[in-house]
Amino acid sequence: MSMEMSKGSAPNTMAEARTVETPRFVPAVDIYETADEYVVMAEMPGCDPKGIDVQFEGGELSIYGRALPREIPSTGWLAREFGIGDYARTFNVTESIETEKISADYEHGILTLRLPKVETAKPRKIEVRAK
Amino acid sequence: MLERIDQLNWLKRQVDQLWNGALPVERPAYPALNLWDDGEAFHAEAELPGFKIEDIDLAVAGAELQIRGRRESHSKKGWAVHRRERPSGEFARTITFPAEIDADRVEAALKDGVLSITLPKAPSAKPRKIEVKLLGHKK
Repeated sequence: MSMEMSKGSAPNTMAEARTVETPRFVPAVDIYETADEYVVMAEMPGCDPKGIDVQFEGGELSIYGRALPREIPSTGWLAREFGIGDYARTFNVTESIETEKISADYEHGILTLRLPKVETAKPRKIEVRAK
Repeated sequence: MLERIDQLNWLKRQVDQLWNGALPVERPAYPALNLWDDGEAFHAEAELPGFKIEDIDLAVAGAELQIRGRRESHSKKGWAVHRRERPSGEFARTITFPAEIDADRVEAALKDGVLSITLPKAPSAKPRKIEVKLLGHKK
């Protein structure tokens, strides 16, 4: 979790250093569907808001959150029940989504994504007129 | 105060056993905690994403810290649920530290779902340096 370089050959980029050093976790999610959109809520506490990445391509939704460094003592541990690291998860989305209108908000450690459905994918109420 | 905390733990154990059916299964407690001692103070860290400050209650007595909270499930009426992995409901955990805490100086902060608590040790609980006097023999 520390930003120290590992011994031996130093990684060339900061991105490589992170991949080598930082553990990855799968965030717990709630996924809801309304008439107009999908709502994905992922638990990603302690992330850098600037380090959150959302991609939607080829029917796959990928989320990634970079953990902010936290105080990790070297000694004096009384209990260590969870690890600290980045978050990553990928979902298959079979419905048609308005890609340009996907929104992402990060608050209270939750990443909330709204994926609006394409107009034709929404259930349309058809009025029956009696003659 | 200590008695009440014990009762809450007992109640939680009963509820856990009820929920898990016939066999009492040991479920990981929520939230997961990281605890450490830096000599002067204890530290506790918990990940509570989606909780607001008003959803969490902290209480300190003697060497015990109690963390309680509740959160409603987020689904609204008319929403179809595809996945629900995030826990909801109430939780309560009691931690007994190895030494007494100075309750008046406890500080807690919640940032992006991470709860950080600093619990300075009570002055009587800190190791005191004891000076040894060298006594000479009277001649």
